[in-house]
Amino acid sequence: MAQKQQTANSEPEPVIKITHLSKSFGNIEALLNVSLEIYAGEILAIVGDNGAGKSTLSKLLSGALTPDNGQIMVGDKSYSSMTPGKAISLGISTVYQDLALVDCRDVVSNIFLGREPVYAGFLVDKRRMQKEAAQVLQDLQINIPSLHTPVGLLSGGQRQGVAVARAVFQGGKVIIFDEPTAAMGLQESAKVIKLLLKLREGGLAVVVISHNLHQVFKISDRICVMRHGQVAAICETKYSSPKEIVGLIMGAAAGV
Amino acid sequence: MKPNIAQLLLGLVLCITVLLLSIASPFFMTWDNWRNILDQSALLVIIAIGMTFVIVTGAIDLSVGSVAALSGVCMAVAMHAGMAVATAILLGLAAGALVGTSNGLLISRLNLNPFIVTLGTMAVARGVALIITKGIPIYGFPAAFIWWGSGHIGALNPPILLAILITLLGALVLNQTKLGYYALALGGNEEALRRTGVAHQTYKLIIYVICGITAAIGGLVVTARLNTAEPLAGSMFELDAIAAVVLGGTDMKGGRGSIIGTVMACLLLGILRNGLTILSIPSYYQQLTIGIIILVAIIVSELRLKNAWEND
Repeated sequence: MAQKQQTANSEPEPVIKITHLSKSFGNIEALLNVSLEIYAGEILAIVGDNGAGKSTLSKLLSGALTPDNGQIMVGDKSYSSMTPGKAISLGISTVYQDLALVDCRDVVSNIFLGREPVYAGFLVDKRRMQKEAAQVLQDLQINIPSLHTPVGLLSGGQRQGVAVARAVFQGGKVIIFDEPTAAMGLQESAKVIKLLLKLREGGLAVVVISHNLHQVFKISDRICVMRHGQVAAICETKYSSPKEIVGLIMGAAAGV
Repeated sequence: MKPNIAQLLLGLVLCITVLLLSIASPFFMTWDNWRNILDQSALLVIIAIGMTFVIVTGAIDLSVGSVAALSGVCMAVAMHAGMAVATAILLGLAAGALVGTSNGLLISRLNLNPFIVTLGTMAVARGVALIITKGIPIYGFPAAFIWWGSGHIGALNPPILLAILITLLGALVLNQTKLGYYALALGGNEEALRRTGVAHQTYKLIIYVICGITAAIGGLVVTARLNTAEPLAGSMFELDAIAAVVLGGTDMKGGRGSIIGTVMACLLLGILRNGLTILSIPSYYQQLTIGIIILVAIIVSELRLKNAWEND
């Protein structure tokens, strides 16, 4: 008890605290009794083999799925389920692997999708959207030639940038990235990584689901290893090694 | 508003057609003839604007012709039962909204295919119109009702003014409101819209209700103009409306669309029909010409899109 208080004093409160979260699909337990804390100003990497429960965890947080059991605590309020709208309004934004962009709409419309400001009660405030979109992109140093280009015509990195700008614009305190660089070339990956570091600098909590251990070690502060739907270990990146993480992913005893 | 290539092309074709027809016939450029063209096109414009909203979401509504007939029949029965003209008209519009609501609920809540759902409601609405009238047209309405089809407001008439009003409203809603933004997003990537937490199903429902109401307004115009509620009225309206929407540069796959394009296409079709009639070309050739124009329009728009994606 005394020890716990000590850590509470020296460390900040978590932005999100997940307790005993479980989710099964039929007989398959995709997530079993997972507890995890996510802090502001850190990059938390979630790694694990295919089917380890990484995506299920991120979907429970973003509201795409409803948990069977457990709680998601945001600030001082506890929730037993999320919807996409609720998650976003609580400050949990997700940059999906498929980016969830509307290809035929322009950059501005995509950044504001679902939160278009209106004036006179019902008219979309295009001028304000244009101005704020340009600002967000500039702050994040995302270079996009024209805000009126349909996003389907942009490169992979630029599209990712639009998706990130949307997540930031949603006012997220926590941004979850699902395999952010999976379909990207080296140069574009480097840009995305720069972006993640910039978000952390800005005090956001960044959760990155990744397969790329090299990258994970380059950017993360903590690594959460998942295996068979459970948290196998949570390691501080600087005290860990790729070898240890691989061992944990493969199921070697913890602490090796 | 940014002009898009499809509309520029359509405008060009429109100009050339007008030029050729005015050379070919001295009657073509008279005000009486133009009023006639506008009057003939008004009905299609009204229905096609509702259809534009549905097609922009990547779907289709085949029930609009039957809805026009059903709403006309409802108005007729109501008036013959002694209801006031305004009440009867509202009842007819409500019938359109009801069919639209059914379409919308079935498609958005049960996730059914729009083509099949509206094919079904097309038959249901037509069937109900036939049952109510026992297949016999109802005619003879109060002057206040007939006014909606053939009254005079200055140099124009109520159908033309309705068409103009609905065009302005449609353009405003599609380009400047959340409903328009979400209609386009539904057609572009429905899942993306869902994940932003927008009540996407509700917006979808509203769009089918709009399409039902514009079809019912079309029914009002047809019934008032002919002074007859014909249960078989409006057959093939859906195809004309779909043709106009696609000709106007709206993508059948959804996500891209233009109200102005739809209106221009309706005018082009109206002008062609009128011109071919003035030139005494048999109606078989009219069908053929219009069919070919629609095919060319689709080919041009597909090629244009393909280039746009590949060049960048």
